[in-house]
Amino acid sequence: MSITYVDAIREAQDKLLRDDPRVFLYGQDISRFGGAFKATKGLAEAYPGRVLDSPISEDAMIGMAIGASLDGMRPIVEMQFADFSSVAFNQIVNQAGTHFYRTGVPVPITVRLPSGGTPGSGPFHSQSMEAIYSHYPGLVVVTPATVSDAYHMLLQAVEVDDPVIYCEHKFLYRWLKANSINGDGLPIGKARITRPGKHASIVTYSAMVHEAVRAADRLQEESGWEIEVVDLRTVKPLDMDTVLASVARTGRLLALGEAFPWGGVTAEVASRVAAEGFHLLDAPPKRFNSRDTPVPYHPKLWAAHRPTPESICVAMRELLSY
Amino acid sequence: MPADADATPVRDEREHARKVFRAMLEARQLETKLSSMYKAGKIVGGVYLGKGQEAVSASLGGGLNWGTDVFAPLIRDQAGRSAFGEDMLDCTRTYLGSSLGPMHGRDGNIHRGRPKEGLLAMISHLGASVPVVAGVLLSRRLQGKLDGVVGATCIGDGGTSTGAFHEGLNAAAVERLPMVVVVANNQFAYSTPNDRQFACGDLLDRAVGYGVEGSSVDGTDFLDCLRVIGGAIDRARSGAGPQMVVARLLRLSGHGEHDDASYVPDKLRAGGLGRDCMQVAAAQMIETGYATEGEISDWQTEVEDAVQLAIATAQQEPPPDPWKERWDARSTKLSMVTEA
Ligand SMILES: Cc1ncc(C[n+]2csc(CCOP(=O)(O)OP(=O)(O)O)c2C)c(N)n1
Repeated sequence: MSITYVDAIREAQDKLLRDDPRVFLYGQDISRFGGAFKATKGLAEAYPGRVLDSPISEDAMIGMAIGASLDGMRPIVEMQFADFSSVAFNQIVNQAGTHFYRTGVPVPITVRLPSGGTPGSGPFHSQSMEAIYSHYPGLVVVTPATVSDAYHMLLQAVEVDDPVIYCEHKFLYRWLKANSINGDGLPIGKARITRPGKHASIVTYSAMVHEAVRAADRLQEESGWEIEVVDLRTVKPLDMDTVLASVARTGRLLALGEAFPWGGVTAEVASRVAAEGFHLLDAPPKRFNSRDTPVPYHPKLWAAHRPTPESICVAMRELLSY
Repeated sequence: MPADADATPVRDEREHARKVFRAMLEARQLETKLSSMYKAGKIVGGVYLGKGQEAVSASLGGGLNWGTDVFAPLIRDQAGRSAFGEDMLDCTRTYLGSSLGPMHGRDGNIHRGRPKEGLLAMISHLGASVPVVAGVLLSRRLQGKLDGVVGATCIGDGGTSTGAFHEGLNAAAVERLPMVVVVANNQFAYSTPNDRQFACGDLLDRAVGYGVEGSSVDGTDFLDCLRVIGGAIDRARSGAGPQMVVARLLRLSGHGEHDDASYVPDKLRAGGLGRDCMQVAAAQMIETGYATEGEISDWQTEVEDAVQLAIATAQQEPPPDPWKERWDARSTKLSMVTEA
């Protein structure tokens, strides 16, 4: 028996609905249809009246979730694709993000963003919005990369009393499988050393964790380099303790992400390591992202647009030869 | 429960009119005072008056129950806030930046609220409150506590052009939530006249498009506002689904106190829309025997004193202290993490 990443998301929602009467799900086509990616399959039948189809109104969806959370509920909103959350941007950053600071009343909503690219998804069904939401105060932004994290972090997200942007990766939905969900559940906010090493650190998150591990395996096989891979798991807040400890061990940093290169999570990691861990570095911190164009449609272009194990190896060799 | 458009409200009309009228007086005086303080440089930010819109606003706020209903007022709703039951000190403390106010100096003027008591704290972005009110109502339904509850919000003619307004109204209609949206059509959005704002004949056409019951009212006519807006509240309360009321009126001040409203043609001011709802209301109170001239002037004095006291109180209170401020945008610390 194996469980996929999207199964884990479904299981977590099942458990939340079962255990917590404050939880309800709101999103497009999530009820009988089970969601565009089937992350809510069967839940409408199991929990009548608590899995609600919404109109195609992202602004209203988040606004309504905010209202419901102010009234004591714990709504989980599914964006059909992360890209469409831009329509709800105002509600997320201005309404949810400012509410606790302004009024002292928290807004415990969870927004699920099916993020990142898959072959053929093109410019409007591939975007990674984590940096945009991290930029704004008041929000927690999580980016699970494993099946177990997808499960545990969603449970935790709903527990958090503040708005949580839960960036799940579409590429991992069915591609990533585990034998079971293991029970550890590191807390939101804590990074994990996915692969230990001593010559350089790749600090990354979400689907890029897997590409980084492949690149690291390849470098080890080919040249004996031992590369450490740090999975941030949460991009806001950033677990700089774990990142700096890793850089202290290795002396070199590659900040890796699938999002566009300008600004963003990798820029944040690189600048913080440079500022807080300059003395730990044997080489300038390096960043590696997707290319600075909209995400292309054709699988061949798409595969070359995002970092791949091959291109990560090239970046790593540059970093290691400094 | 079937909608009964002719249902008579189970409230004492005389008492209700007196309560709502007093809230109008309170708002007018409070705002007049705030305006002069702004002009004297004693208030930072902006002051936005509801002058000329009190009858509409107070009829809405006054028809709601503090603590059980939900109200999301907008910029020109001081009268609605007063009628709903907001403490006047919440207003003066917020405008004057007292650290004891509901916003603790973190947000100013009209953005204040008490979400736990059902008074939502607006953000500047117009239209954004519409879905939030709908969300509170959806939550009540999910908890089996919707019966007899109403959620209400206001918007201007300009605000009805926003996506949030349309998305929120449509979603509320799909869920048939007991929401009342009052549109104060004061003919201008800042300086933009209606013909540059929308091309439909009547803003009520928008309600029709969403399957929302709509009604119109002369916003300068106090008794008409009480009747029409009260009727919409009653219908929503009894299960008839979302209601929209469009009130025709004219704002009798600038967009904010920094604006002299020179773009409003004199002809419009001199016409029927330009009459002051406050004067109309006072005359109607006397005409109906709801209040005597003497009572009204006593109320004026009482309200004046209350305004003075609220301002004096807020003025003496400490401003926020950047050194003592908890600079937290989130309520939770995440365990085991040095936050960065
Ligand atoms: C989404 C958005 N855009 C622009 C503004 C700036 N703004 C504040 S009030 C206003 C005019 C509002 O007009 P209307 O909705 O008719 O209300 P009124 O001020 O006339 O009562 C504008 C443009 C805003 N607050 N929100």
